Amino acid sequence: MIEVKEEILADNIKVASDVRERLRNSKTMLLNLMSSPGSGKTSLILQTIAKLKNSVRLGVIEADIESKVDAEKVAAHGIPAIQLRTGGFCHLDATMVTQGIDALPVKDLDLVIIENVGNLVCPAEFDTGAHKNVMILSVPEGDDKPLKYPLMFSICDVLLVNKMDYLPLSDFDMPAMRKRVLGLNPNIVIIEVSCKTGAGIENWTSWLAKEVDSFKQFK
Amino acid sequence: MHELPVTESILKIVLKHAQMNNVQHVVAIHLQVGKLSDLEDEWIQRYFDYLSKGTLAEGAKLKIERMPIMMQCNACSKAFETDAAKLNDLVCPNCGGKESTFLSGREYFIKNMEVQ
Repeated sequence: MIEVKEEILADNIKVASDVRERLRNSKTMLLNLMSSPGSGKTSLILQTIAKLKNSVRLGVIEADIESKVDAEKVAAHGIPAIQLRTGGFCHLDATMVTQGIDALPVKDLDLVIIENVGNLVCPAEFDTGAHKNVMILSVPEGDDKPLKYPLMFSICDVLLVNKMDYLPLSDFDMPAMRKRVLGLNPNIVIIEVSCKTGAGIENWTSWLAKEVDSFKQFK
Repeated sequence: MHELPVTESILKIVLKHAQMNNVQHVVAIHLQVGKLSDLEDEWIQRYFDYLSKGTLAEGAKLKIERMPIMMQCNACSKAFETDAAKLNDLVCPNCGGKESTFLSGREYFIKNMEVQ
């Protein structure tokens, strides 16, 4: 019998902490955005760019399998965007993120947003090196998702509940969903938004602007 | 869904320890995986069988110990075990408190290995 006592994902954890350290030095906050496919990651990024592009220098790393178009949409706003070729992979790891960081002018950026692969399972297991993890749950997906994907909800700093404009038409139980999420992760910030109507986006972007600001102050 | 990269990491770590200890053959590997992880035992073994062909660890059995989901009651600070199905209505078995904080249950750890 040989004692091994090693983290299985030790390599990834090491690369992720290198990414965090490197971006800490260039004062660039890295945000990992995760959700199921179709819950509004790209729309949220576009709304965020529209609100913050004059005050925050932004960059985007696109990894969503179906989102070749996304990097172009983002780049159309004059925001540096890198499309990673994940080859159908189910998640991003820190090595892939490093490739994205290498290709972006991070010294001149305050914030880089990673659009992770649309998936609530795998991305939760792999540290990308992000300083903040944010997820979107859209109303049509249902209020039971925290029970089905508890790991994802337990690792995020912010939960954005998107497509709030659908709420009156659905049986989504907001208090039950909140209770489930807070039971797993009492420190998570929950913000209700609609990328379609723009409702609540201001709450999200002001949270984000404040975080970017305190990240820059941090010595 | 991500069993393949996880299995690659397991094999890499196992072979490193096998070489360091001049092992002839790895017979079994003990893993500790948290119950919050979605890893499928069967697939890890299948990928491992495939990846380990021709290595010192060929044919090794993966023994996976599932680590419990542990919560700590915010009211009385006692730790208690739960499972994913109960996360909806967490109640502290000690004091009946309804608010608790996640402690552990997402481990991904290689504990030890049996060798010849």
